[in-house]
Amino acid sequence: MLAYIVRRLLYAIPILIGVNLLTFALFFVVNTPDDMARMQLGVKRVTPEAIEKWKVERGYDRPLLINSAAKGLSTVTDTIFFQKSARMFVGDFGRAEDGRDIAREIGARMGPSLAIALPTFILGLFVTVSFALTLAFFRATAFDFWGVVLCVAMMSISGLFYIIGGQFLISKVWRLVPISGYADGIDAWRFLLLPVFIGVISGIGSSTRWYRTIFLEEVNKDYVRTARAKGLPETVVFFRHVLRNALIPILTGVVVVIPLLFMGSLLTESFFGVPGLGSYTIDAINAQDFAVVRSMVFIGSVLYIVGLILTDISYTVVDPRIRFE
Amino acid sequence: MLEVTKLRLGFAAGKKMLVAVDGISFAISKGETFALLGESGCGKSATAQGIMRLLPAAGRITGGSIKLEGGELLTLAEADMRQVRGARIAMIFQEPATSLNPVLTVGVQIGEVLDRHCDLRGEPARQRMLELLRQVGIADPERRLDEYPFQFSGGMKQRVMIAIALAGEPDLLIADEPTTALDVTVQAQILDLLAQLQRERGMGMLLITHDLGVVAKMAHRIGVMYAGELVEVADREEFFTRPQHPYTQALFAALPEVSRRGMALTTIPGQVPSLAAMPAGCRFADRCAHVMPVCRESAPDWRSVAASHALRCYWSGGATATADNTPRIGLGHLIPEMAPFLDVVDLKVHFPIRRGILQRTVGQVLAVDGVSLAISAGRTLALVGESGCGKTTVGKALLQLVNTTSGSVRLGGSELVGMQGKRLRAARRHMQMVFQDPFASLNPRLRVGEIIAEGMSALGLESDGATRGRAVAALLKQVGLPDEAAGRYPHEFSGGQRQRIAIARALAVQPELLICDEPTSALDVSVQAQILNLLKKLQEELGVAYLFITHNFAVVEYLANDVAVMYLGRIVERGSAQEVLRSPKHPYTQALLSAVPVPRLDAPSAAIRLPGETPSPANPPAGCHFHPRCPQAMDVCRQRYPESTGVSATHTVNCYLVG
Amino acid sequence: MMGFQVVVLWSDMLIWLLVAAGIGVGVLVAKTPPLLAAWRRVGANRVGMASATVLLAFIAIGLLDSLHFRLQLDGKPGQKASYAIEVLSVLDVLAAPLRLRNEKTYSEPFATRLYAKETIDLPGGETLRDYPRLKHGGRHLGEREGEVAADAGMTAFRVGVLALLGWLALATAVSALVGRGDTVAVDASGWQKIWRGENAFAWNAVLLTLGLMLLIVVPLFWLAGQYHVFGTDKVGQDVLYQVLKSVRTGLIIGLVTTLVMLPMAVLLGIVAGYFRGWIDDMIQYIYTVLNSIPGVLLIAAAVLMMQVVIDTHPQWFSTAAERADLRLLALCFILGITSWTGLCRLLRGETLKLRELEYIQAAQAFGVSSWRIVVRHILPNLMHIVIIALVMDFSGLVLAEAVLSYVGIGVDPTMISFGTMINSARMELGREPVVWWSLAAAFTTMFILVLAANLFADAVRDAFDPRAA
Repeated sequence: MLAYIVRRLLYAIPILIGVNLLTFALFFVVNTPDDMARMQLGVKRVTPEAIEKWKVERGYDRPLLINSAAKGLSTVTDTIFFQKSARMFVGDFGRAEDGRDIAREIGARMGPSLAIALPTFILGLFVTVSFALTLAFFRATAFDFWGVVLCVAMMSISGLFYIIGGQFLISKVWRLVPISGYADGIDAWRFLLLPVFIGVISGIGSSTRWYRTIFLEEVNKDYVRTARAKGLPETVVFFRHVLRNALIPILTGVVVVIPLLFMGSLLTESFFGVPGLGSYTIDAINAQDFAVVRSMVFIGSVLYIVGLILTDISYTVVDPRIRFE
Repeated sequence: MLEVTKLRLGFAAGKKMLVAVDGISFAISKGETFALLGESGCGKSATAQGIMRLLPAAGRITGGSIKLEGGELLTLAEADMRQVRGARIAMIFQEPATSLNPVLTVGVQIGEVLDRHCDLRGEPARQRMLELLRQVGIADPERRLDEYPFQFSGGMKQRVMIAIALAGEPDLLIADEPTTALDVTVQAQILDLLAQLQRERGMGMLLITHDLGVVAKMAHRIGVMYAGELVEVADREEFFTRPQHPYTQALFAALPEVSRRGMALTTIPGQVPSLAAMPAGCRFADRCAHVMPVCRESAPDWRSVAASHALRCYWSGGATATADNTPRIGLGHLIPEMAPFLDVVDLKVHFPIRRGILQRTVGQVLAVDGVSLAISAGRTLALVGESGCGKTTVGKALLQLVNTTSGSVRLGGSELVGMQGKRLRAARRHMQMVFQDPFASLNPRLRVGEIIAEGMSALGLESDGATRGRAVAALLKQVGLPDEAAGRYPHEFSGGQRQRIAIARALAVQPELLICDEPTSALDVSVQAQILNLLKKLQEELGVAYLFITHNFAVVEYLANDVAVMYLGRIVERGSAQEVLRSPKHPYTQALLSAVPVPRLDAPSAAIRLPGETPSPANPPAGCHFHPRCPQAMDVCRQRYPESTGVSATHTVNCYLVG
Repeated sequence: MMGFQVVVLWSDMLIWLLVAAGIGVGVLVAKTPPLLAAWRRVGANRVGMASATVLLAFIAIGLLDSLHFRLQLDGKPGQKASYAIEVLSVLDVLAAPLRLRNEKTYSEPFATRLYAKETIDLPGGETLRDYPRLKHGGRHLGEREGEVAADAGMTAFRVGVLALLGWLALATAVSALVGRGDTVAVDASGWQKIWRGENAFAWNAVLLTLGLMLLIVVPLFWLAGQYHVFGTDKVGQDVLYQVLKSVRTGLIIGLVTTLVMLPMAVLLGIVAGYFRGWIDDMIQYIYTVLNSIPGVLLIAAAVLMMQVVIDTHPQWFSTAAERADLRLLALCFILGITSWTGLCRLLRGETLKLRELEYIQAAQAFGVSSWRIVVRHILPNLMHIVIIALVMDFSGLVLAEAVLSYVGIGVDPTMISFGTMINSARMELGREPVVWWSLAAAFTTMFILVLAANLFADAVRDAFDPRAA
């Protein structure tokens, strides 16, 4: 089992390198730093000097991969790739357009992101799994049928609608909670209520339907028939036998996103004015701040890979077949 | 004790109700084993599920009564029925691999029953579980109790299932094909165990099976089901000496066995009518050899022929041996042995096992580990062995479908191992394969004509469309299918017909050797007989040689000229069919032969029972692979693998006991 | 007679290519009974057919909007013909009244006056702050401004009756057609059979949906000639027109994206599963890397880079429409590249299972070449997964477009789409009183489109999933 986990960890390294190379190609090869400068400065004000100045300020004046002018090790290190891409491995993300250190900014913004994403995730999981379990328990009844109809309808509604509608109804018409904003510390709950609620609601449709399918697949397995032949009540059959097995495929989909919770949600945060990583990313996109977007892409991938590893570990917890291999 | 009267049940399909079981009645008393015998789709499993009231979602019980010691089960509330399930009636299923919950320990799964029905928890429950595991013959129960199902072998899982069933101390045990998924030596163990437990506890047992051999070994009384109805009920003695119903007789006559060598097997024409289109009158009428006009008008009533023997049939011709007037075919065994046409020497197929951080190869699965065999033109060699012994891999290695590790396969003088491209393709013309599962061996998206023509086009035979079409038509005729089959799709055919198509496909390139990998194991007895007849007929007409890979000794006895017995990747005994089957020398062959349940009353009682199951080919025991299970193992067996010893010119054995 | 110059945008080409491919596949399906049987099951599914009817209506709008041209400008005879810079579509011409009758700014649905007070110069030199009359909406009413409800209701009723008559004629024609199918059953006319749902094809669902659609759509468009039925937006453009234009954008995102990713996913998935070994490792590595980057971020990064390319090369595009179109296509490509991994993994897994099946081994035993096995044996048996994935992805992509455009990494801001509509309208929710109609129209239309797509996808899945059959 340990070898299994170590192997998964080692497997992450080439993937991270791949992600790094991909982002490098995307940000520096598709468009040269000159193009980016032109774009940032606006086509009218472009002069060769301005471009050069822009590049020097950001350290984009180096060669891409190999600096033939430099000597020794710095032929490799004094390049855009090493300075801008490779150094991300050690947590050096450079500076944003406004001059602030990206790494520090990220550290500060993780808190608010997590404050919304974590409760949304836990509550959402609880609601959808219980709803799906109920539907599967009452399978092939009118309740199940209308439940599925509701799910399909809910998943056909745009996520934007949930947010806009929710803000409008709950904050503007009913004035129950503030429409947007954020406060540090314990006061944050007033601001968290609505985004968390909306986050949970907007996920119900598709998740419930997916979990229900998983449950129904398990219900038709042979071992369930054995459990019934033992004379066990249907609730025991469901909670002890079906749920335990259905948890395995559910875990795969769920555990992998846990680390990504740190990233927050782009939409929710920008709508509710939460100073988290999601709104940071959106602002960077709108301001065309390449350094920030690049950093977020890399961090997102790292977190995803951590999620993959966590998934593998969680398998060993729920599935004895892997635990004892 | 259990009394089933006029039970009717069916499955809802849209607005219609398909009746799967139509008014069957039987009774089982304490300590008695009642066997429900029938081919697939006759409603025997549905009957069992009906008694447990555990039909699938679409199933409905539409009439009749089920009484357990006088108490009606069908009117019980669901909660009360749960008190019956597991406590008074328990059930074991066909597939031990999927019938246990993979994520719960064996202890939890047995404990549930104790908790629910015996009010046992904690330490007393654990003691009881240990006792149960011991009773079903699981060694080291203290450790095994906390293990998960995947850590058990197939036979052991079935023992656990039996322990679960016994935990509630039921009055009646329903065993639904309990040994069908198991190897023959393991089957013998499980059947012995069931018989012994039943004797000790005086349980009633409802045994559901399609195997006349299992019936002969286990049953006190037998009910034969056909198309949802019981057609004949008799006690053991009567059943095996005087079967009366034409269907029962046909089932017996369709069995391949040594006495029928060189004769065509009796087949039952046609197939079981579908649930949606049950004929009025006797349901067997369309396939019956003795059909009379009255049979088609009204269904016959029960009629007694002896004290414990009743049947539903108008025909009163009694028991006649129907096999007598069948034509003799398949003279393959009379062809003198010529120089081998296929010569396999020391064939090895090893698959690497990768483990650890870097996925290094840490071992080899020795699937085939030094197999030598030879087949001459027009003869049949049977390769016999239990699951996992590597016999299927041998077949694939001969065709170069898997990479051989070493050894040589010479076909008509040219070496196939290492052959590539065009030459290999040319060589493949001489050798083709018929697979086990007729449902997986035909591409559902191609027409039958295209399937059969595929080999011809791949090997560049009959290049123009018209001649190819004629060739396809000729092949279809040869395997007994109508011309228009070429334009249809596989799903329109039954299992037996599909296997005919698969045979036609293989024959399309006119091979001299046909490798048949368990071609009849997925088929019912009556259909199996049709396929065996066809294979014999083809051998006679075309002179094609067969490598017949099988675990079924009855088929071997009926068909083979030569036999090779495989155990864990190696051949342990080979010789002519007569030699190997009549005077087996290797203890494994002897045990295998004695484990086969024989559908006769005079079956030898002193059978050799092998302990344990086949070990993993990744880690075969040192010395003779068979020594851990061998009743006659000696010291030398543990150290060195025995050389092959000649018993006669054609008969060789790898065992220290010989020579 | 005004001349015009046909303009074929890249996306037009792809979408008509798709139509052609659809027809081609249809012909192929008609010739292959197993596929035909599966589609027949779809055809028998009432919900599926009802949603297909709705989808077809949307597709028709989208296709009309995909025939583009430029009008000839009035020039002196003999001069070289010059063409308007504006690229129009057939839909634009059909909806010319909607397109051209712009107001000054916001107006409510069925309003006769603007939504904002303005200073109006009175003849006497005085000024008055009031809601000014609309230039077009409800102009035919003249002074009878208060009779909007009565007028609109009456018109709707009259046209509705007309629509009903049209539907009855259509239904009669269909019944006659169905009744002609078999002459044996004299007791049941085509009408009765349709009504009782006795046909293999769910005609009753189709007709019912069609009837409902006619009853709603015909009066709506009739009234749209006199009023702004969905109101107007900030710059006074008719919201109904915007909704109609958004349909094409949604369709292209939903369809072209799958078209882009399909070949890659199918090819790589099958190759990885069938050949295994290092090829498999490579392909798995590629899709794990792509998968590792959270989708939105990858899209954001790629779109940002694409913007740079587009903005630094203005000389590539002769019209704004072309630029917006290319940006739309680029978005499809980006979405395709980021979303092929799921299908690829699915197909790889299924191929791994298939290659162990005995009919594949039988083909190998004949020495059939690997590529032939892939084409003849594996691909046809994966088709159901591809079809299911195709229809399932559509609705997700339509929803994604809205989100991405809202975030600013979607379609060109000048291109009308659900996302841009929502984006420009959502700030107005903060106004007092609220401007709700743009959002409501966009969300409702999107909901109908996506719901229809989801229901149709379910029907297709039920029909094609071998486990369901």
